Amino acid sequence: MSLKVKNLKAYYQTLSGDVKALDGATFTIKDGEIMGLAGESGCGKTTLGHSLICLCPPMKFIEGSVKLDDEELPIWDMDKMNTFRFKKISIIPQYAMNAMNPTRKIGKMTSELLESRRISFKTTLPELKRRLDLVELSYDVLNMYPIELSGGMKQRMVMVISTLLNPSLLIADEITSALDVSTQKAVSEMLVEFRDRKIVKSMIVITHDISILYQIADSILVMYAGKLTEKAPTDVIIHSARHPYTKLLISSLPKVGVRYAEKKLKGIPGNTPLLLNPPVGCRFRERCPVAFGKCMEEPPFIEIKKDHFVACWKEFRKNA
Amino acid sequence: MRRYFGRKIVIYISTFFLAVSIDWAIPRFMPGNPILNLLTRVASRAEASEYMYTYYTRAFGLDMPIWKQYLNFWIALFHGDLGTSVFMFPQKVSAIIMRAVPYDVFLLVPAILLSFYAGNKFGAFAARTRWLDNTILPLGYLLTATPYMWLGILLAWSLGIVAGIFPIAGAYGFNLAPSFSWVFIASLLKHWFLPFTSLFLVGFGGWAIGMRNMIIYELEADYSHYLEALGAPRQLVRRYAFRNAILPQITGLALQLGVIVAGALVTEVVFSYPGIGWLILAAIQNQDYFLIQGCFLFIIIMVLLANFTIDIIYIIVDPRTRMGMQGGSA
Amino acid sequence: MIEQKNIKKSEKIDKIPLKKPKKINEFLYFALRNNKLKVGLVVVLFFLLLAFIGPLLTHYKWDAYIGPFSQSPSSEYWFGTTVFGQDVYTQFVQGLRATFLVGAIGGGLATIIGLIIGFTAGYRGGMVDEGLNMITNIILVIPTFALLLIIAAYLKVRGIMTESIFIGFTAWPWAARAVRAQTFSLRSRDFVDLARLSGVKPLKIIFTEIAPNMMSYLLMTLILQFGGAILIAATLDFIGLGPTNAISLGLMMNYAVLWGALQFGVWWWFIPPGFAIMAIVGSLYIMNVGLDEVFNPKLREM
Repeated sequence: MSLKVKNLKAYYQTLSGDVKALDGATFTIKDGEIMGLAGESGCGKTTLGHSLICLCPPMKFIEGSVKLDDEELPIWDMDKMNTFRFKKISIIPQYAMNAMNPTRKIGKMTSELLESRRISFKTTLPELKRRLDLVELSYDVLNMYPIELSGGMKQRMVMVISTLLNPSLLIADEITSALDVSTQKAVSEMLVEFRDRKIVKSMIVITHDISILYQIADSILVMYAGKLTEKAPTDVIIHSARHPYTKLLISSLPKVGVRYAEKKLKGIPGNTPLLLNPPVGCRFRERCPVAFGKCMEEPPFIEIKKDHFVACWKEFRKNA
Repeated sequence: MRRYFGRKIVIYISTFFLAVSIDWAIPRFMPGNPILNLLTRVASRAEASEYMYTYYTRAFGLDMPIWKQYLNFWIALFHGDLGTSVFMFPQKVSAIIMRAVPYDVFLLVPAILLSFYAGNKFGAFAARTRWLDNTILPLGYLLTATPYMWLGILLAWSLGIVAGIFPIAGAYGFNLAPSFSWVFIASLLKHWFLPFTSLFLVGFGGWAIGMRNMIIYELEADYSHYLEALGAPRQLVRRYAFRNAILPQITGLALQLGVIVAGALVTEVVFSYPGIGWLILAAIQNQDYFLIQGCFLFIIIMVLLANFTIDIIYIIVDPRTRMGMQGGSA
Repeated sequence: MIEQKNIKKSEKIDKIPLKKPKKINEFLYFALRNNKLKVGLVVVLFFLLLAFIGPLLTHYKWDAYIGPFSQSPSSEYWFGTTVFGQDVYTQFVQGLRATFLVGAIGGGLATIIGLIIGFTAGYRGGMVDEGLNMITNIILVIPTFALLLIIAAYLKVRGIMTESIFIGFTAWPWAARAVRAQTFSLRSRDFVDLARLSGVKPLKIIFTEIAPNMMSYLLMTLILQFGGAILIAATLDFIGLGPTNAISLGLMMNYAVLWGALQFGVWWWFIPPGFAIMAIVGSLYIMNVGLDEVFNPKLREM
């Protein structure tokens, strides 16, 4: 499968105006690729993830096209999108721990969900049981209420439910943020295993934690203030990033074995711009150490090397 | 679960004790002497008055020391003896009350159940669209702000007097005697309809408003968003939201019982419907303290029982309460 | 481990002056735009005005026999006369005054008692909370109306004050519950912890940190209690347990039904009082919904 997104724009309606949370995203994901989507809080990554599956108010669709397996996704039409949801495209939400109805037994809820989508629960049950084995949950959970499960168990259950129908694209939204480090590892590995077993074809893993992406992602897309800044295969991003923001992001990660008595942990001074009235030109220019005159004009997202996209005038110059 | 029930039972028993004691204490510490009141109606010569005074005082047990009276009251209570009525002397209070109870049950039970069901369904329905919501909301609030007796008066006057469709007094035609005939049953229903509608409408407004608020809250919950993201049809999402929203409504029902009882009392007064409400009014007008006491006691017991029943229903319906008691497994 | 010597002076956290959020202005902005609030307020104010000015426009006493029986509304008797020939308009506006008084005193008293009990229970927690909670639950369960009935029945002379005080003392559990829940949620908020850690005295914490956040909630509780008190008073009055020396809207309806206004079709005696109650209490409720939207940004319509 492949995902082709072209110039996707989605804004949030507020009383003070439109917040331009996602302002023109263009990228492609190949079959079987796990793409990490990284960036600071408020950079638009969750907006991107949600716009692909559920563009509901207060989000509003401005323009753009999304093609999944060469089929146009009608993301602006809530009803038409329903044929794709769960079956072709699915999501493990940020609030996975609260995602199940607290007053319904998990098995009952799953069967009602499936039946409502015209899928027989009986025929799906054996596969469901195999998935439960995969994530190491006992079959008993189907007879339990969500309140009886621990946080990690609920997370895994939601992973099973979301991927039950083998979607082509899975969006995993900050699924490791609320977990402890060892569980994070287990969950991340489970994601990869889903892809390896062809349960899920491609994945977008949204997180602000680049170290996770380093472990499991094939490529990483970095966003800043609603715009895409860089996309490249993982080790290119980690070791030879081109965009100043990405470079600063990577260098602000604590590294194993380094004692910070000798080196100071660098952060990125400044704050992200408010997206109600975003700054003209490159949105990073006010915090960028290498900004210059041309940056008052917005840089396009261009492929400077094979599979390596950047939006930075400085880098274009270098390549030119 | 044991702790939950244990706590509830303690509250109910304490409430019962407190209420009964208040019930017993008020007449004895209030100005006025019930026996004297009784006697003033039976105006007679001085010596006869004095004799009757002693007789009645002893008959009503008012000559014993206070603590003994209190004890006797409890003992009599457990024998089901609520004393003797003053203005319907010599009928027993319990007998009088028992005659009035069926009318209350006939009026209240359908009114409560139907208004709860219809109101909640309607409130959920109203939350669907903004337009519906904006028109239904004010109506609901106005209905629930309508004083019970005024609605009763309006119905009585418009449908009873002006349109002449329904009778406005009594439980059945004055010329009829209780029997299983169609004539009687028809008359019974005709007399029942207006008071029932009055209670139903006010309750309906309240439940509709409550449910609308609860449902909006549930529709914004995480599980609703998850279902939507997975493409579940609106029906399923609404069904789950409704089922979750009903839970606090059930708790609300328990809390509203006092208000509903007050409403029923007053509606009965408007329609001269011979339930407990009408009885209390008659007792007050005739200063029949024992009847008042008995009615109050009866109401308290019924309300406590109803509360208890609702608590049990709640535990059955909300699995979280059961889990919370037993503790979740990690 | 970061060694202390590497933290230079210039890296001390700058004192970022906290801007006091202009809450009042923000609320006013939304308040003026909220339809429910505006409409509700207008209706309530209308009746309040009527209660103030109305009695000044009539020179009759509410119980004086001033005219022919059962006259329908006319230019001479604006709301007609009762079965006894009393002026219904006078009764109505005097009754409005009484109703507002009961609402204010009864509702206000209930809110104050509820505030004290609820706040103490919420703030102190522990045994104090358990005890107060038990008392609150007991009073909640007792059908207080029946209680009021009995107490009022035994008092020969009743005034509006007495009625209001009774209502205030039996209606407070609702307010107490609400306040307690709100206190609990506020008590564990970070800014309170911060104040406590900084050594601010408890009383100061209460007034400067918690109280402002409770204000909106209190206002809404007060409005609800006000409306509730009016309804309870009207019901008591209707049964005949209202003030013995004054007139109220509930009493008007009581007299009307008692003296056959229904059968004689004297609708101007019983329709206005009930309508006024419904309008006032209903508008109070709607105002409340509007206020909720103003104070709670999540509910605001887009």
